[in-house]
This record gives sequence, structure tokens and C-alpha cells, in this order.
Amino acid sequence: MKGKLGLNWDLVAKARECAKNVAEDTQKFIDIHSTVAVERTVCRLMGIDDTNEVGVPLANIVVQHMEGHKLLPVGAALTLGAAMISENLTPQQIAGKISEGTLDLSKIAIEDVEKAKRAAHSVAEQTVAKIAENRKTREAYLKRHGDKAGPLIYLIVATGNIYEDVTQAVAAVKQGADVIAVIRTTGQSLLDYVPYGETTEGFGGTYATQANFKLMRAALDKAGDEVGRYVRLCNYCSGLCMPEIAAMGAMERLDVMLNDALYGVLFRDINMKRTFIDQNFSRMINAYAGVIINTGEDNYLTTADAVEQAHTVLASQFLNEQFALKAGLLEEQMGLGHAFEISPDVENGFLMELAQAQMAREIFPKAPLKYMPPTKFMTGDIFMGNVQNALFNAVTIMTGQRIHLLGMLTEAIHTPFMSDRALSVENAKYIFNTMADISGEIEFKEGGIIQSRAKEVLEKAYELLREIEKRKIFDSIEGGIFADIKRKPDGGKGLSGVFLKGDGYYNPFTELMGKGGVSYE
Amino acid sequence: MSNNELDKTFDLSRLRPYGDTMNDGKVQLSFTLPVKNDEKGAEAATALAKKMGLKDPLVAAQKTLDDEFSFYIIYGALIHTVDYNEIQVAAVEGDVMGMTEVSDYIKQNIRRKVVVIGASTGTDAHTVGIDAIMNMKGFAGHYGLERYEMIEAHNLGAQVTNEEFIQKAQELKADILLVSQTVTQKDVHIQNLTELVELLEAEGLRDKVILVCGGPRITHELAKELGYDAGFGSGKYAEDVASFAVQEMVNRKLV
Repeated sequence: MKGKLGLNWDLVAKARECAKNVAEDTQKFIDIHSTVAVERTVCRLMGIDDTNEVGVPLANIVVQHMEGHKLLPVGAALTLGAAMISENLTPQQIAGKISEGTLDLSKIAIEDVEKAKRAAHSVAEQTVAKIAENRKTREAYLKRHGDKAGPLIYLIVATGNIYEDVTQAVAAVKQGADVIAVIRTTGQSLLDYVPYGETTEGFGGTYATQANFKLMRAALDKAGDEVGRYVRLCNYCSGLCMPEIAAMGAMERLDVMLNDALYGVLFRDINMKRTFIDQNFSRMINAYAGVIINTGEDNYLTTADAVEQAHTVLASQFLNEQFALKAGLLEEQMGLGHAFEISPDVENGFLMELAQAQMAREIFPKAPLKYMPPTKFMTGDIFMGNVQNALFNAVTIMTGQRIHLLGMLTEAIHTPFMSDRALSVENAKYIFNTMADISGEIEFKEGGIIQSRAKEVLEKAYELLREIEKRKIFDSIEGGIFADIKRKPDGGKGLSGVFLKGDGYYNPFTELMGKGGVSYE
Repeated sequence: MSNNELDKTFDLSRLRPYGDTMNDGKVQLSFTLPVKNDEKGAEAATALAKKMGLKDPLVAAQKTLDDEFSFYIIYGALIHTVDYNEIQVAAVEGDVMGMTEVSDYIKQNIRRKVVVIGASTGTDAHTVGIDAIMNMKGFAGHYGLERYEMIEAHNLGAQVTNEEFIQKAQELKADILLVSQTVTQKDVHIQNLTELVELLEAEGLRDKVILVCGGPRITHELAKELGYDAGFGSGKYAEDVASFAVQEMVNRKLV
């Protein structure tokens, strides 16, 4: 492949091989384990919805009940399947009875395993068909309106009230948004349940709930029809309920999900075993639902130095790619992340950003790369901030980034006002238009600053991946390889929800969705 | 009032904004109105600017944000003045020392390592503030407390509950407690910061530690009001925090 950076493609292949070995090694661990979140997801996908009278989701009640009676090792689906036959009830009815205390699953013997599996499988098929239907609906929309070439303008809404979020999102669509991300309330990633219903509270955002997803989806479809675009909806598939959010998103036709293999471990101190198992199932669902995942490498640079640690971003992109492939995601669904976070004081910092963005583009040619704006060095000086964002926009159009999260000039001050968003869109549209075809017009000087920077970052990323391959992933994270953050394999939140799959463990969805991005056909 | 009539005498007792001529009072502002973008919207924006005390407001730009939302950029001359001589500022007291000076100060005056713990508490998930102050690398060329020879720094990260934070403070026998708050929506930081002070008081620990908060929306004045020893906003670094805290330890005889 000929690129603009003169990359050493042998080294790229070797780095990818290291990452593949790391993912395969980790997958062995993943395959023999499950978690309470995975089993709750199975319950949800089998139709268990709603909460009890004090707001505890029935999916949690069922899984807690199974856990208490040591029924989980065979998987929630098998036990539910057996109960469906013996009680002649739907999974939702079973959940209701467990919640009322009128049904004890431990009293139901699984007499005919195959029959129980078939019962579970038949309801699972219905949900999966609905998810495939959503995928077709999305494709029909994209066909009708046509999909935009070039960068997708990604805007966030974060009012903390879903109704206000809808107002802001609709205005953002009119201004030019292609992707709307609804920010979650701070702290949701640490809840071991998914809140229920339409919500009007939260800090820095409101809860991710299925009802909120539905409300925003309908509003964006309507606004999109008005402006003649399909507007993609994004939320956060991370934290202790990673696969449940994926399931809810698949059912409500979300299009983009923040979904990183390492983010929760590093930045939310969620147990690494829990995270690896959960991310695998969540990605399988996202793959099947045709969702584009966004990985969180940008976050490394908000903590560690963007010049010195750029190679950790590339190494993590390689790892995320391999973990994603394991879960059935297509390259076209991998919104690998990176960010424009070099200090404005660094001489030739823009050249380095350009080198790194171009490098990601060339190494992951099919991936809809997710490019994050400056945040760390944004100040209250909104005028300077607008210039920083302009340079960021320039890198995107010069290097063909796809999912372009617009920087806000008030980044350091408050969650965006409606006008902040409009000014940012205006900035991006101007640059994307005035520089529309620049990427095809430029080459980089052989051995110049830009090529040399890319070379250096690639070499360091390879070294790092070799080390991770040698130490394995758990030990590497414990050693603080990413973002200078150290986590212990048995530390962090959520470890108690991890369990070893027992003999005869059954999850119909791994079979139905396991081939991921292509299997819905 | 045209520039011809303007009294151009520089007078600190009648201070007003400066555009390009002394006392012209020129300011810029921008805001959104939840109404259509048309002449009536612009007139409403102008009327609001007059109520804010702007003379001859000029709508320099107006834009449509949505069918019923419009954005205005306005310039005008402020009619108000303030007496600069009467302005009082609550500033953090004490000298700001460099990294090595802080260590020397500790060696001479405290004669043992000083234990600092820091966290972004409550539901706040942002570590950027506490990392800037505490991590080895620091921020913008200002090394963080982990690099200070005479400081034992423990960065507990984000989303630490106030209870956990106090428990850790006791375990580590912390001298200095740093709390970072970035999310300020609906004043969540005020509630959270107040709760910490109340818990510390209930545990009888408040007087035994130096308690400092920081964040983009934190001022020293606010911090004092909430019962903290000091507050640090944007543009303050590890040495500002360290200098204050170690001098305060000595002043309060907590050595």
C-alpha cells in the first residue's frame, strides 16, 4: 500500500500480529467466563423489561434470584427456558412472579435440556429478528436520504433532562449535526443496573435508559426527515452494564456506541476481568446490530502527555481492533479513537497531529475513525478556543477522519449552549468546504517532520505491543502501561459479578449473533 | 454621548470598560433568545442590552439557530462605573514558593514528610484537575506534588465518595486534603463540598487537617464560605497549592 507517510508496512503487520496474540490469549479467559451483566442482558433480550415497585429492574431481580440459588453457571437462558416449559409462562411473566416471590426457579428441575434450549432459543430468535429489522430500517433510511461522504459532524447534548436534550438535539440537527450523542449522567458507569423510564435528572447528562433511547430516536428520525439526512444516535456502552446498554441500543436502533475494551478498567476502576468479558458480549451485540463502536483512546491523552504517549494510542487501537474482530465487528464498524490534544505551546504540534491522524487513517483504512477535539488545553478564552478547534477541523479534512466530534469553544466553561454548538458547526462547515479536496492535493516530504513523527510513533507502538504480548494483558495493565494508570486483576468494581461457566452453559445469543457484523443476512 | 463629549480622564474611582478610547465603556456580549430570528428578535435583544446598562447597543450579527431560537452578538457602551479603589479581593495568603523551596521549607519547619491526599469526589468523573496538581508530570510545565521530595502524595482518582475519602485520610494520616470538582451543573459541587466539611466536622477531623478545594469554577472566596482553608481556580498549579498548604500547617501548628 502506498501512503503519504512512507510507513514501514512490515512493522505494521508485526504490530498487528502482537495485538492479535494478546487478544487471542485474553479470549481464552473470556470464553470460559460470564458475568451478571451478561446474564441480565440475556434476560433483557429474552423480553424481560420493567422494574419492581421500588424501581429495581426485573432483569436484576431475576439474575440475583438465580445467583442466590446457584443457578447462574448454566446461564440464565437455560433456566428461563425450563421455567417457560414447566410454568407455561413468558420470560416477562416469570420475572414478575419471581419479583412477587411466587415463583422459585430452584424448584424447577431442568428435565429436558434440549427442550429448555429450544424454548429459550425461540424467544431469542424473535428479539434477534427485531434487531435485524432495525438494521434494515437504518439501511433503508440511509438509502432514502443518501449517506454523507466526508466527516460526520458529531455533536453532544448534555442538559441532564431528556426532554431538553431533545430540543437541543433537534436544533443541532438543523444546524448540521450528523451524529447526536446523548451524554450520560456522571456516575452511571458505576451503577450495576440500568435505570428505567424517561429521566429528567442527572449531572453533566441524564441517564441512559431504553425509554430515553426511544424518545431521542423518534425525535431524530423526525428531524432527519425534515432536513433530508439520516441522523445517527450515539450513547455510551460502557461501565458495569456494558452489554445491557448494547442490547437496549440494538432494540432502539442506536447507530453509534462508545464501547472500549479498556476504558472502564483504566478510567472508572472497573475490574478488568469483568470488563473484558462484558465488552466481548456487548461488542457481539453491537456487531450484529450494525452499530459503529467508538473506542476511547482519546482519553489516554487527557491524562498522559499527548506528545510522549501518542504510541499508546496506536497500540490500543491495534488491541481494540483485534478484540473487536473477535466479537464479530467488521472493520467498517470500528470507530477507533484518537484525539487532538498536543499543547498549543509545542512547536510544530500541528504537524505532529497531522502525522498521527494520517497514520491512523493509513493503518486502519476501512475504519470510520473517531477523532476527538482539544479538551485538555482549552481554557476560558473562547476566542483562542475557536482557533484551536479550527486547527482540529483542518486535520480532519486533511486526513479523512470520519466521525468528527466537534470541539466547543466553551469546553472549559460549561456543557454546551445551543449557540456554542452552532458556532462550532459553522467553524467546521467553513473549513470542510473551503478545504474540501485538500487531502488529495497534498503529499508529505520524504523524511520530513511529519513522516518522521509517524515513524517514531509506530516504532514505539510496536515495542509496547511486544511488551504487552510478553507480559499478557492483565499484567500489562497492572504495570500501568496505558495512561500511567495501574489496575490490579482482582481490584476495582464488579469482580463479584464474574463467574466461571458451568457444564452445559447456554446462551442462545452467542450462537445467533456470534458472527456479528455479517451474520444478520 | 459621542466621543467628542466623552470625558477621557483616567479616573480609577469611575472605572469603565475600554474599547479604543478611555472611558468609552465598550463591551461585547452574545446570547440566544428562544424566538424567531427576525427584526422583532433583534429589537428584543437590543432592549435587553439597554436594560443591562448598554447605551446605543448595536446588533453586530444575528443568526438562526432553529425555527424558534436566534443568536445575537451585540456591542454597546456600558453606562455603569465602579470604584476600583473600593474593590476587595479574597486572595490566598502567603508566598508562592517553587518546588525545591517548598521541600526546603518542609525540611526546616515541619521536619518530616507531609502527607497529601487528593481526589475528585462525589459523582465527578473528571480527573484532569487533580491530576494536574498531583501527578508526577503536573501541568503546563509545573511539576505535580508526586515529584516533591518532601511530600508523600496519594491521588485517589475520581468518583471517590466523601466517606471513602475521609477513611483514606485517616488511614494514611493525611496532613493535607485536596478536593477537585469539575462538574458544576446544578451546583452539585457545592452540595458535595459542603457535605465533606460536615462529615469532617462530625468526625472531629476538620481542625486537624488542611482542607483545600480546586476546580475551574472554584474561587478562594467560595472555598472560605464553604468552610475550606483555601480554594484554587484555573491557572493555579501544584506550587500554589503546596506553598499555601505547608505554610498553613506551620501557622496552624499542625506540624
